[in-house]
Amino acid sequence: MMERIRNFSIIAHIDHGKSTLADRLIQYTGVVDERNFQDQILDNMDIERERGITIKSQAITLPYRAQDGKDYILNLIDTPGHVDFSYEVSRALASCEGVLLLIDAAQGVQAQTIANLYLAMENNLEIIPVINKIDLPTADIDRVMEQIDTELGLDPYAHIKCSAKEGIGIEDILEAIVQRIPPPQGDPEAPLAGLIFDAHYDSYRGTVIHCRLFDGLVQPGDIIRFFFNKAAYKVEEVGHFSLKREKSDRLAAGEVGYIIAGLKTVSDVRIGDTITLDHRPCVKPLPGFKEAKPVVFSSIYPVSSEDYEDLTVGLEKYKLNDAALIYQKDSSVALGQGFRCGFLGLLHLEIVQERLEREYDLSIILSVPSVRYRFTFKDEQILYIDNPAHYPGPVSIARSEEPYIKAKMIMPEKYLGAVMKLCKDRRGLDSKLNYLGPGRIELIFEMPLAEVIYDFYDRFKSLTQGYGSFDYELGDYRESNLVLIDILVNGEKVDALSQIVHRDHARARALQACERLKEEIPRQVFKVAIQGAIGGEIIARTTISPFRKDVTAKCYGGDITRKRKLLEKQKKGKKRMKMIGSVSIPQRAFLAVLKTDDD
Amino acid sequence: MAIFNPGPLDPYIISLESMSRQTPDLSSSNIPGLYIHLPFCRTKCPYCAFYSETDLSFIPDFLRALFQEMDMARNQFDRFDTVYIGGGTPSVFTSYQTEEILKRIRHNFTLAAHAEITLEANPADINISFLERLRDMGVNRLNLGIQSFDRKILNFLGRRHSSAQAISAIEISRKAGFTNLGFDLIYSVPGQDMKAWLDTLSQGVAFAPEHLSCYQLTVEANTPLLTRYQKGELPFLTEGLQYDFFIKTSEQLEDAGYAHYEVSNFSRGIEYASRHNQKYWDHTPYLGLGPSAHSFSGNRRWWNHRNLEDYINELSLRNAPIQAAETLSPEQLRLEALFLALRTSAGLHLKDFSEKFQYDLLLEKGETLAKLQEEGRVTIRDGILYPTRSGLAIADSLALI
Repeated sequence: MMERIRNFSIIAHIDHGKSTLADRLIQYTGVVDERNFQDQILDNMDIERERGITIKSQAITLPYRAQDGKDYILNLIDTPGHVDFSYEVSRALASCEGVLLLIDAAQGVQAQTIANLYLAMENNLEIIPVINKIDLPTADIDRVMEQIDTELGLDPYAHIKCSAKEGIGIEDILEAIVQRIPPPQGDPEAPLAGLIFDAHYDSYRGTVIHCRLFDGLVQPGDIIRFFFNKAAYKVEEVGHFSLKREKSDRLAAGEVGYIIAGLKTVSDVRIGDTITLDHRPCVKPLPGFKEAKPVVFSSIYPVSSEDYEDLTVGLEKYKLNDAALIYQKDSSVALGQGFRCGFLGLLHLEIVQERLEREYDLSIILSVPSVRYRFTFKDEQILYIDNPAHYPGPVSIARSEEPYIKAKMIMPEKYLGAVMKLCKDRRGLDSKLNYLGPGRIELIFEMPLAEVIYDFYDRFKSLTQGYGSFDYELGDYRESNLVLIDILVNGEKVDALSQIVHRDHARARALQACERLKEEIPRQVFKVAIQGAIGGEIIARTTISPFRKDVTAKCYGGDITRKRKLLEKQKKGKKRMKMIGSVSIPQRAFLAVLKTDDD
Repeated sequence: MAIFNPGPLDPYIISLESMSRQTPDLSSSNIPGLYIHLPFCRTKCPYCAFYSETDLSFIPDFLRALFQEMDMARNQFDRFDTVYIGGGTPSVFTSYQTEEILKRIRHNFTLAAHAEITLEANPADINISFLERLRDMGVNRLNLGIQSFDRKILNFLGRRHSSAQAISAIEISRKAGFTNLGFDLIYSVPGQDMKAWLDTLSQGVAFAPEHLSCYQLTVEANTPLLTRYQKGELPFLTEGLQYDFFIKTSEQLEDAGYAHYEVSNFSRGIEYASRHNQKYWDHTPYLGLGPSAHSFSGNRRWWNHRNLEDYINELSLRNAPIQAAETLSPEQLRLEALFLALRTSAGLHLKDFSEKFQYDLLLEKGETLAKLQEEGRVTIRDGILYPTRSGLAIADSLALI
């Protein structure tokens, strides 16, 4: 049975055609007919289609009759495409035996091509280079082959040429999957060992676990147990991923599929955890499990306090499908009742924000993201703080520390200078430089996490023109000279905009926040002063001058209704803003404070 | 031009003298006003968005329809104390036609003693005998569409009269006995600098009109002027300059003894303020007749078809020519009351407002009002919220506090 299974993933640099190739494979194998076809089938959230990135791992089973006349089951596992989710990617790849390494024929090997290749190599996967977009007039296959040889260290002649857009080379790819990717190995008789690579929430069935079985069998009625959280559940249903879920009698070693076992929320499962049978557990869990811990914290408030209940419900529902998000009640003097949330990274934060707004029709404001700081008091007591509003004040603090990371960056050598400068500006320390191949380097820096969540990734990508790849692992806490900066609007403190920053950056950050607010807060009928302060000391200020002229010249019989409608519309817009003192602050002003100057 | 056939007319004799003498009554009455929209112009001005047609041969059919509308609306209001004949260009109508209109008004509606009766005229259209006829017919307020005394600006605005014609029109208006004369002027026209505008303003003031409407040029939807702006042919005035024009206009006219009583309106003493227009700004009822005219009463506003053909057709079927109506919610009335009051120097009576709309501005917006006072945009005296001169310049935003 396992002889006829192939588990694979497609990995590529962004925009090299991953979703299009997935669509073609799905179409070719007839899982979906033309009538029901929709582009980017696997990216089924609006937000994924719009941003052109995959956020959740998806799997689909493709039935394929190969040229050898035999029927194969090809399990395609799609992976997320952002560093915030690199752990999820690693678990998805761990569920495969091989990958299609997709390279754009015109653009050639790029940063994520390499980063993804390494991830695949770490998992000992068979790698099939696929050169895509060969129909483009700018396609340069010889150059890409040379790069495959020199930069990737792979056999340049082992590639397959295709144009996913035009449907060229699709069969060659399917054949290569069958012939070159090894079938899964495992013992169906051994105790159950299944790897959870994702989970999603179904409003009728509860949590649907996406898994790859390495050993054993699972079928409805079995009592399964998770290694990490020890909980046991009775299996209700198992099956495979066709375009929809397809129930089956059992899942066996080597297969990719789903398990429904009465779990209420996706938070009951941990990605990377091992599923086994309660009465006959495997000896040890599958390798590679890590508990995803939030590293970025921010508070979410409804724009209108009347919407607090809606936000509560929205978050509860959203959480059903996103185990990585954590939250608890929080309140702000300026913004009222809300929730303090923990995220995997800034992209994760943006996704949560967007999905809450879209899917639950909520209008929300986020406070400035923060990492979790460690303060040691003079009496030796230790306090972890992830909310600047809870900053204890400098007098009682004996020692301030912040979390550091080890940042790994791979890029063409020519960007080294610019990236070094960026890292040093962001307080990077202890750099190491490795030469990977001709013109390609790996740069390692120890950096404060706070500097990385503060727009580092975007800056890095733009400095390296998209050719740099970036990854990080969490390190230790290190002592740091931290201060709290507050932002005041017409003298009133907006606690959601408070930030804990390094003293050397305080003035620049405060000024930047003031200027960002100045750009985003619409003019009012009176002057608005925006100030940045440390304690009582003003360290930055800007002013928004008021309207000077805003009045319609003519307002007679026929003009009044029109004018009123216009005012009503403006009033409605104003209602979606937050009143701080008498100043209306739009939601986007809060977000703008997070961005740096250059994006 | 087709000859006007008034059709069978009731032998209704009006005393024209009784209408020609009046003392202005300043106390803002709650007596409704009557507006007549005469939707004809000889030529269209590229900036104007009021409804009008240039084919004057439709005038007889229009008048038949208008008189039908008057007949149908005659019982809607008890009486009126103002009549405003606007357009369009009412002065393109012959004196005979104008007389018919006024007679029909008299015939169908009751006018208060000393009613204010205004007619708008283009300086190119009028002569002394026409004006004397108007006076005899009871028109006691004449508003001349002068717009500018500067040839270049008149050209830009597409006016068909010259500066000389404007001056002559003013002189004959006085000669004809009009003691309540108003000019319309337009400023911040592309190509007009501050000096050129203040010159025009001084020339206007030199004739000592009782009333001046000074409108900042507004780029209205569906006008040729808008198209020119969209094509990038014309520069937009900066907000700072718009403000300067506005403030200088106000300063110069107040120095000359005019009261700046509404955003764009000035009068020589408050007794010459337009009583009719005041009704728009304090929710006094008004009846508007003619295409596109708006009417208001209580919490209802309705308006006629903005199309001569529809207007005439509806009335030929004895249907009211109403295009649409709205019933204002208390919140909508409140918003209107606020933004309209803040356009006028009379300001907003805070207690009345609070009682009428259950919304205490001082309580709800005290902090904002305090800041606005601090910055000189409003004053509060004796329980009345007044916009200052620079407050009038942002009256629209003030309504959104």
